[in-house]
Amino acid sequence: MIAISILNRLIMAAVTLFGVALIVFVLLRVVPGDPIAMMIAPGASPADILALRARYGLDLSLPAQFGVWLQAVVIGDFGTSISLRRDVLELLLGRLPATLELAFAALVVAVLIGGAVAVIGTLSRRTPLEPAIDATNGVLLAVPDFVWALALVLLLGVLFPIFPLSGRIDPTLSIDFATPFYLAESLVRLRFDIFLDIAAHMVMPVLALALPLATVITRILKEALLEAMVQDYVLLARLKGMSEVRLVLQEALRNAIGPALSLTGVQFTFLVGGTVIVERIFSYPGIGNMAIDAVINRDLPLIQGLVLVFGAIFIVINLGVDLLAAALNPRLRHG
Amino acid sequence: MAEPITITAPTAPTKPPSRFKTLLTEPKVLFGGGFILLLLVIAILAPLIAPKDPLEQDLMLGSLPPAWLDGAEPGYYLGTDDLGRDVLSRLLYGSRIALFVAVSSASLAALIGTVLGLLAGWYGGWTDRIISRIVDIWMAFPPVLLSILLVAVFGSGVHSVIAAIVIIDWTRFCRVVRAETLAQAQLDYITAARTVGFPRMKILTREIFPNIVPVLIALVSLEMGIAVVVEAILSFVGLSVSSDTPTWGGMIAQGRQLIHHAWWLLVAPLAVLFATVLAFNQLGGGLRRAFDPVMRR
Repeated sequence: MIAISILNRLIMAAVTLFGVALIVFVLLRVVPGDPIAMMIAPGASPADILALRARYGLDLSLPAQFGVWLQAVVIGDFGTSISLRRDVLELLLGRLPATLELAFAALVVAVLIGGAVAVIGTLSRRTPLEPAIDATNGVLLAVPDFVWALALVLLLGVLFPIFPLSGRIDPTLSIDFATPFYLAESLVRLRFDIFLDIAAHMVMPVLALALPLATVITRILKEALLEAMVQDYVLLARLKGMSEVRLVLQEALRNAIGPALSLTGVQFTFLVGGTVIVERIFSYPGIGNMAIDAVINRDLPLIQGLVLVFGAIFIVINLGVDLLAAALNPRLRHG
Repeated sequence: MAEPITITAPTAPTKPPSRFKTLLTEPKVLFGGGFILLLLVIAILAPLIAPKDPLEQDLMLGSLPPAWLDGAEPGYYLGTDDLGRDVLSRLLYGSRIALFVAVSSASLAALIGTVLGLLAGWYGGWTDRIISRIVDIWMAFPPVLLSILLVAVFGSGVHSVIAAIVIIDWTRFCRVVRAETLAQAQLDYITAARTVGFPRMKILTREIFPNIVPVLIALVSLEMGIAVVVEAILSFVGLSVSSDTPTWGGMIAQGRQLIHHAWWLLVAPLAVLFATVLAFNQLGGGLRRAFDPVMRR
């Protein structure tokens, strides 16, 4: 049963990805303005232009273009970037790890901060601290990642210049990385000097991405915790003499984590979307920053590749959340 | 939270306070609404109240700090940018684009979403199934992807920004309005209207719609907050209006670039953007509370 349910979800994910591909393709073929026009050298003959169009497949009919394109995508050929004159897949694979490291670090930080504040808020209920936490969190809920990022630039980049303002690694430090996962690789190779430098570069973008998610986690988790704290099993544990801190962490948290988890999954896709602008602000070399350049340069092959990669990430996240929720909740397992 | 039970002597029935009065007792509405109103006045009167021409360059007066710092020049209260343009004037003019995008995109998205939501909620059946299915598919598509695609398709410019926001966010209105319509349709007064033989379309426009308006206003306010941020982000990356029109996002981009030479260029527009987003959010949240008898406690 579980296998069938997983298979179902995988098929749905594949169908969604195909849908994304189709929408991307159709939308980008109605783009006004010919991307070839920007590449033509002055004095190019009409024959040169035709050759260029043929090279990028722009002379075929639309369904034929989609067929050719889809076939190519399936075998990993995303075409050649018009503005960067390089293989799109190669560009994407080179940049994706930077974004993945950033997004996962932000997820971990968001869960830690959001969870900690929710637990503190629950422990301090019926004290003046609780309304203070609620009010602050209520205001911060309205702050988007864009504003967080720039506020951090001012606070930690200018007022207290502790962390580097842009880039992923100090260019003078670079070792020959074998993989594009710099953070993970430097840790595995025990090069702590490099690990710390990369981590320092990530502090501000990670916080900018994590804080909006943390405020949401705090609100949902605290609500669930407060609800759990008045249940019979918590009362029983309290009568047995369990301390308040252990009550929250051991008893209430276990039951409150479900609703918070599924919401965190949905919000994580927003966080990944936020990498686009946050990477831009910190000149972080990920696929988000690349997406903005691709749009500015109207680089269709690159935009297609990027949107497909983002779409695939979102689908994988949703799939992961579904499976995790099923694994944690026995009632859903056979649903 | 248990409410303390108080017993009071029966008094003569008084008229319930009007909705408008309830609004004025809600601090969020007062703060948010007050700030937005002020901003609106500033946007309209920008040419009259701006101390300088926002486009006038004077390289001799480049990168002046705000008035309270050393090296400031009288008359330039918030300093100047690297081209010697007055920051305060640019900020005041920037509110025009921000509010224009906020008002037009939120009301267009509300219009489309409300019409479809009313139809889906009231007529049900196939109408509802088709509309709800479209909304589901739409919302499965991550906003960031859609906005990248749409701006790539439409090209840059303020109209593309508005179109992108409307195309992405009409579903927010559609979902809520549909749910509200369904809830209203269950109520006795609608049953009564139908029994009396009121035409269906008339019940929808004369009875149901007016009762949804309060929720709609709250949603529009929240949407305007979103639109202001989206516009700022797109002008930050240079995909909104052309770079000589003063926008908060454009000023923020400039401030980010010159962060080590003139930090005040980032502080001023960022503070205004933050206050505006917060004001729209508080106003929307406050209105929702004030209009919703369940949430009002």
